[in-house]
Amino acid sequence: MNLKLGYIQIRDIQFAKTSAIKDGVLNVNAKELEALVLEDENFASVKFDIARPGESVRIMPVKDVIEPRVKVSGDGDIFPGMISKVQTVGSGVTHVLKGAAIVTTGQVVGFQEGIIDMTGLGAEYTPFSKTLNLVVDFTPIKNLTPHKYEESLRKAGLRIAYEIGKLGKEITPDEVKEYEFLPLLESIAKYPNLPKVGYVQMLQSQGLLHDTYVYGIDMKLSLTTMLSPTEVFDGAILSGNCVSACDKNTTYHHQNNPVIEDLFEQHGKTLNFCAMIITNENVFLMDKQRSSDWTAKLTKYLGLDGAIISQEGFGNPDTDLIMNCKKVEEAGVKTVIITDEYAGREGTSQSLADADPAADAVVTGGNANQVITLPPLKKIIGSIGHVEKIAGGFKGNMAKDGSITVEIQAIIGATNELGFNRLSAR
Amino acid sequence: MVKEVERAGIPVVHICTVTPISMTVGANRIVPAIAIPYPLGNPTKSMEEEKQIRRKILLRSLEALSMEVSEQTIFEMK
Amino acid sequence: MSKLKVIHYINQFYAGIGGEEKADIKPELREGAVGPGAAFTAAFGDKAQITHTIICGDSYFNENLEKAKKEILGFVKKVKPDLFIAGPAFNAGRYGVACGTICDLVQSELGIPVITGMYRENPGAEMFKNSVYIVETNNSAVDMRNAVPKMAKLGLKIVKKEPIGASIEDGYLPNGVRVNFFDTDRGSKRAVDMLVKKLAGKPFTTEYPMPDFEKVPPNKAIKDMSKVTVALVTSGGIVPYGNPDHIESSSASKYGEYDITGVMDLTESTYETAHGGYDPVYANQDADRVLPVDVLREFEKEGKIGKLHHKFYTTTGNGTSTKSSKAFAKEFAQKLLYDKVGAVILTST
Repeated sequence: MNLKLGYIQIRDIQFAKTSAIKDGVLNVNAKELEALVLEDENFASVKFDIARPGESVRIMPVKDVIEPRVKVSGDGDIFPGMISKVQTVGSGVTHVLKGAAIVTTGQVVGFQEGIIDMTGLGAEYTPFSKTLNLVVDFTPIKNLTPHKYEESLRKAGLRIAYEIGKLGKEITPDEVKEYEFLPLLESIAKYPNLPKVGYVQMLQSQGLLHDTYVYGIDMKLSLTTMLSPTEVFDGAILSGNCVSACDKNTTYHHQNNPVIEDLFEQHGKTLNFCAMIITNENVFLMDKQRSSDWTAKLTKYLGLDGAIISQEGFGNPDTDLIMNCKKVEEAGVKTVIITDEYAGREGTSQSLADADPAADAVVTGGNANQVITLPPLKKIIGSIGHVEKIAGGFKGNMAKDGSITVEIQAIIGATNELGFNRLSAR
Repeated sequence: MVKEVERAGIPVVHICTVTPISMTVGANRIVPAIAIPYPLGNPTKSMEEEKQIRRKILLRSLEALSMEVSEQTIFEMK
Repeated sequence: MSKLKVIHYINQFYAGIGGEEKADIKPELREGAVGPGAAFTAAFGDKAQITHTIICGDSYFNENLEKAKKEILGFVKKVKPDLFIAGPAFNAGRYGVACGTICDLVQSELGIPVITGMYRENPGAEMFKNSVYIVETNNSAVDMRNAVPKMAKLGLKIVKKEPIGASIEDGYLPNGVRVNFFDTDRGSKRAVDMLVKKLAGKPFTTEYPMPDFEKVPPNKAIKDMSKVTVALVTSGGIVPYGNPDHIESSSASKYGEYDITGVMDLTESTYETAHGGYDPVYANQDADRVLPVDVLREFEKEGKIGKLHHKFYTTTGNGTSTKSSKAFAKEFAQKLLYDKVGAVILTST
């Protein structure tokens, strides 16, 4: 599969009468988008706002972050199986509105959505303080169940991103990157002397509110399987996640999966990136055993020499991570795992819920329990109501001046386990 | 937590879904549960059936507490 | 600002007195810097000054431990320095142990900031790395010029109570405290680089070494369950509706103790979960799915257990550090013992 990603650099977002991209400025007609959102009867109202890097703005509670992309040529369309019909994506040309993001806010579970600060200390911990954010703040109708609300919210965010992405279809990109992913045997024939490396991505699939969708299928219902990493760039994997903000993968993280990017970077030089395996993190032990068995089986069958395994979330998924690592190593495939830590506020506690000597090569996204104080910011988009109850918050954590003390757990993407950030710990 | 209760001299049975974590944290008597959001239930079943499931797991737990163990033991459901 | 006062501890060899044959010399207090002290003086610049040096033979220290400790502590008490430095000891075993021992003592007994330096395989490193900051050095004195500035810098940071960076940033041996820092490369690139090294059989350093989990031997079985008071404990965060003690949804800083005298069944309107790590819908509908009070009440009636204890203990396991949950359990285990509870059923989500 060959995919060209054309990056259109977005310099600003403005509300305007006509939606269009002009000289790198994304003009958005909010009325049109509002009408689109309100087609879903589960929403009572919706508000649009813009948050730019450096502005004194706090966005919370954040549900998802999505990058607008559009399919220019090649099979299928963006967000297959969820927004567009099911057809294999990952080849042809896709345009990316680089620097822009759709941020959806809404309180689904209350404590499982996160914070994005556009300036100050908190901004250093989230990648979305550096993007131009079109923030969509939803109000659901009364008595909507959390599960239905999550679904509506997820789809609304994706639809908006899809619509905005379309504005980039005719624009000439500022930069084009080409990614080639060959069938296994061809890849081995092309690079006979390079180690065969795979990527095992673990996807959060803990229950109705902690889910990830692949071509529209709820990943907890799937066996461990494979796809081309280029498909991921076209939105084949989507977040349906309401879980601790710091280490859930938003849809934006999937679209820009850094492990895939960095493996491609070394592809043909120090390694042969020739397989991508996706597996789940279910709540039943039987599922954990089956899925990790399957992961190991596939790595062995493919004849891989090495694999990077990335986790999503923490707690019981630590077991899935360790099972995957141990079994893949037992299959004779060398592993590096990417995780994050819950070492306590003092940093003195056990970082992971599970451990095994086989996991001798670990990359960490940092200790999620680290406590920081976020300065008061002038504008709040969304609502600050649940700041005490948010995962990583605690009673009385908001001072009179509006500053908030939280664990970085509460910040979107702070300890991301795809290795999206520079944060680490020792 | 389970290890501290054990250390205090009180026999303890750990009912938990992810038994490997239970092994790692050092529980000695382990009884497998149903699923993480509902260790002792199953919302797809009727309330009566659910209670039966809960009863079975707890009866197994009482057995576990009544049995001598010399090392970490998982008491699988019969 | 006046210069900070520093005492430097060295052995007979670095004092230029002699090698092994002089290793039995008794502790001695001298004014000013001696031997490697000159390098520290340079590194400290105008910020600090070595006013005194303590010299002690390695054999004397280790063979007359209690006496040596007392004598050296006496010197330090007299001078009252702002900072106490020892070594660096590199890979000299007895010297390393002496540096670690005396630093630990000065820090805990006198509350004076301390810093030492040694090679990671020095036995003193394993013994003291978790109690005092030990700057990591190479295995020989050739590394003196790298080690001294690092020790001086970290020492001053400790005195000034500045935040200490991660071990890799400030150059000390990992001490069991995980500290966040921003690395040069993003995590995914670090992972790819690490894998390339691992595949090539080259040395690589994991960012998180796997811990050893300690085990506790099992208690004796219960002979007759029908005579025993059984208590319920959960990490599933079940609390009375409204979460009266505000137990955090994640990283709990406390546990709850709740009376269930007369409670036969947990219902949607009376109990809920405070846990933020799993889908809470099912536990909120019927908390017995996590904390099985209903069935244990039946067991009580049927005589399968003596009694269900009238209190249950609860916290959220989600993101809560092992250390906190250990402390909670240690505390309520004593309460359970006091209340003559004979067995515990602990449920986790």
